[in-house]
Amino acid sequence: MSNPILLVENLEKRYEDVHAVRGVSFSVEEGEVFGLLGPNGAGKTSTIEVIEGLRVSDGGRVSVCGLDPQKNPNDLKSVIGATLQATSLPDKLRVGEAIRLFAGFYKRTRNPDELLKRFGLEEKRGSFYNQLSGGQKQRLALAMALVNDPRVLFLDEPTAGLDPQVRREIYTIIEELKAEKKTIVLTTHYIEEAERLCDRVAIIDHGKVIATGTPRELKQRSANTTRVEVRLSKPASNGTLKGLDGVVDAREVDGAYVLHCQRTAPAIVALVKHLESENNELVSLEIATPSLEDVFIELTGRRLRD
Amino acid sequence: MRTILTLAAVRIRITLRNKTFLFFSLIMPLAIFFLYGSVFAKGKPGAVAYLMGPILSFTVMGTFWGLSMQLVTWREQGILRRFRLAPIAPSSMIASSILANYTLILPTVVLELGLARFIYHVTTFGNLVSVFVLAILGITSFGAMGLVVASVTNTMQETQIINQLLWFALIFLSGATVPLAVLPRMVQRIGLFLPATYFIYGLQRAMLVNAGLQTLGMVLFSLIAWAVLAIFISSQLFRWEPEAKLPRNAKLWAVATVLPFILLGIWENHNGKVLNTAAAMMSGRPTENAPPSDKTQ
Repeated sequence: MSNPILLVENLEKRYEDVHAVRGVSFSVEEGEVFGLLGPNGAGKTSTIEVIEGLRVSDGGRVSVCGLDPQKNPNDLKSVIGATLQATSLPDKLRVGEAIRLFAGFYKRTRNPDELLKRFGLEEKRGSFYNQLSGGQKQRLALAMALVNDPRVLFLDEPTAGLDPQVRREIYTIIEELKAEKKTIVLTTHYIEEAERLCDRVAIIDHGKVIATGTPRELKQRSANTTRVEVRLSKPASNGTLKGLDGVVDAREVDGAYVLHCQRTAPAIVALVKHLESENNELVSLEIATPSLEDVFIELTGRRLRD
Repeated sequence: MRTILTLAAVRIRITLRNKTFLFFSLIMPLAIFFLYGSVFAKGKPGAVAYLMGPILSFTVMGTFWGLSMQLVTWREQGILRRFRLAPIAPSSMIASSILANYTLILPTVVLELGLARFIYHVTTFGNLVSVFVLAILGITSFGAMGLVVASVTNTMQETQIINQLLWFALIFLSGATVPLAVLPRMVQRIGLFLPATYFIYGLQRAMLVNAGLQTLGMVLFSLIAWAVLAIFISSQLFRWEPEAKLPRNAKLWAVATVLPFILLGIWENHNGKVLNTAAAMMSGRPTENAPPSDKTQ
C-alpha cells in the first residue's frame, strides 16, 4: 500500500449552508475495487465528483494518477472513465454514434465496436438512445466510460434504480473488469453491491468516513456475534434489552430491535422471558450473521436505506 | 480542432433528425419566402429583390432560437454533464454550435436565392460575396446571441420567453417585416440600436446597390465586434450543469454584448445616414454610397 493511484486527503465540499464533505480521506491502490458505501445524501457523489474534476473542492487534496483535478482537468479526464448518477445523451443519437463520438475526444481509445459487442449492445448499434431500456442505457454508459481505456474507472451508483436482474448483469460486468485488474471506485448504498464487488470499502455518513477496510475486516467489528432482529407488539426499552443474558448490543432501527448476541440461544430465551414479564409479544424474529449493514447500524444507529 | 469537428458533425446529424428544427429552419423560412414573394411583392422581380434582404434575415436570425434551446435542453437533461467528463473545453462546445449552424442554415439561404431566381425571375442579387459574408457573419453573431441567452437562462420556459421577446424586437423594429423607411420615426430611432437593422440594411445594400465589402465596413465591423463580444462572454458564462451558479453580474455581462449597437445607435440617430439610405433603396433611387465598381457585378 505504498503508491496509491488515487489519494484523497481531508477533502471538504460545501454548498451554501450544507457541509456535504467533511475532511474525507482515503487512498486506492492500482487494480483495486474501492467502494464508498453510505446512505443517500452522505456525500458520496460530491466526493467522487470532486475527484473527477466536476466540482471544485473547498479544501483538502486530491491526486488521481499523480494529477490534480483542478490544475490538470483535461489530462485527468484523458486517463479516467466515469458513469454519473444523473446523466443522459441526446434522444436522437444512435448507440453506435454515441460511442464513436466519445472515442473521438481521446487520443488513446479502445475499439468502439468491440466495446459494444462486449456489453451486449451490438444489435442496438443503430437504435436511438431514447429507444434503450434502463439496463441498456447503463451498459452503454459503462461502455462509453471505457472507450479511452481509463486507468481509473469511477462508477457513481452504477445500479441505482435498476431492477434486480439488470443489477446482476451490471455486477457481472464489474466483476469481469475486476478480474482484468481495472482500478474501480464506486459509490453505492447497496450492501450486497459493496460486499460482492469491493476489495475495500469506506463507510461514509454525514460527509465523513466513519470506517474503512475490507468487507471482512469491517464485519469483524461484529465478529463472534449473531444478529437477531425482532419486532414487538409494544415498544421496549433499549436499555432493558441490552441487559439481557447473551446480548451485547441492542438498538431500535425503524421500529424493529436489532440485538447483537454473543450467545444466541440464552439471549433468545432471556428475551422471551422478559417479554412475558412485560406483557409484550414477539411479532417476528430473524437470525443472521452480521453484514456491513450491521456495521453501519453499530456506527450510526441508523439503517442504510434504498 | 478534431473535437470541434466531431461535435459539429454529431450536432448536425441530431438536429436534422429533429422535426421541430426542420419546421423552423426550412418550412418556416420558405413560408415567409413565398408570403413575401407572392403576396407582398405580388411576384414582381424588382419587389422580390427588394424583399430578399428581410427574407434572408429571417432565415439567418432564427439561428439563435434553435441554438439556445438545444443548449438549455442539453443542460437540463444532463447531456452536457456527460460531455463534461470528456476532455472538452466550453470553447469547443461553442465553436461546434456555430460551425454546425453554418451547415444547417447556409443551404436554406442558397435555396431561397435559387427560388427567387427561378420562381420570381429575380435577375441579380447584387454583390453575392457581400451577401454570403453577411450571411456567415449573421449566423455567427446571432448564433452567439443564442449562446449568451442559453448562458443566462436556467429553464426551457425562461429561454422561450426571452427568445420570443428578442425575436419580436428583431423582426418588428428592424425592417424585417415593415421596411425601415416607412416605420414611425420613434420606432426607427429604436431600431437603430438593433443588430437586425444593420444586418438587413447590409443585405439590402449588397443586393440592391451591389455594395462591396469595402463599403459595408460599418455593418461588418459592428457584426464582428458583436460576435466577438458575445462569443467571449458566452464562453465565460458557459455552464455544464443547471445547478452551476451564475456569477452575480452575469446578466449585466450578457446585456453588455450589445454595446457595439448602442454606440452605433447613438451615432446613427445623430447622423441619419442609414435611414436616408434605406429610404433611397426603397424608392429605387441609387445611393451615393454604391461604388461604381460594384455595379458591374
